[in-house]
Amino acid sequence: MTFTRREAFGLGAGAAVFLATGLRLDPAVAAAEDAMKSVMDFAGGQEPAAGKVTLSAPEIAENGNTVPISVSVDSPMTADDYVASVMIVAAGNPRPGVATFKFSPMSGVAEASTRMRLAKTQKVIAVAKMNSGAVFMDSKEVKVTIGGCGG
Amino acid sequence: MASAKPRVKVPKTAAKDEVITIKTLISHKMESGQRKDKEGNIIPQKIINKFSAEFNGTPVFEVDLEPAISANPYFEFSMKVPESGKITFTWVDDDGSTYTEEKSIEVTG
Repeated sequence: MTFTRREAFGLGAGAAVFLATGLRLDPAVAAAEDAMKSVMDFAGGQEPAAGKVTLSAPEIAENGNTVPISVSVDSPMTADDYVASVMIVAAGNPRPGVATFKFSPMSGVAEASTRMRLAKTQKVIAVAKMNSGAVFMDSKEVKVTIGGCGG
Repeated sequence: MASAKPRVKVPKTAAKDEVITIKTLISHKMESGQRKDKEGNIIPQKIINKFSAEFNGTPVFEVDLEPAISANPYFEFSMKVPESGKITFTWVDDDGSTYTEEKSIEVTG
């Protein structure tokens, strides 16, 4: 198989583009893996079940610098049965960890709100851990118009 | 740079065992460690890394913060009021300084 001059150039350019995008993709993949790893660490190796926990976030966030989010977990919040903690993870951020809320029976209800940064359109994940060790998960896709990390 | 100013909103009174909503805010840049200055050097991370609320010394609510929390970290959470007492709020900065705020709540009826 022989290349003409033109074909050879085309191939070279293609390879260069492939390499560049490949390199650019890497950190994102690593961040997503990081996110999954931190979820698994938090869950203590268990597969988080659906339900119980509800994550509220806007469908479209115009400004990624302050995205209001809130979590609520369905729990009686008594001394024997309460939500121990809720972890928020943003897999598409340069660093996926966002915050960990720690509740106690004194909380009354397991609800909390805050404002977070999102670098780009991505899935935000909330993982709730009960005092019994059971783990539940919810996620929301948030579209971001202007990213909120770095500059 | 002790410019961080906490603000807390707690009702003054509550019925016994009522669940109240508490809102807290502290002015802080939450420098993420991702931004660069004009020369292209990374601006080092400086954030509030921990927030906690205690009622008469018993932990009520706690947050471990990461740089992904927005500037001027805001939290809204709940507390069940068992009796009259004091709620203490503490924020811990990356540089080691802590900021505290205290509010009293009275149980009526």
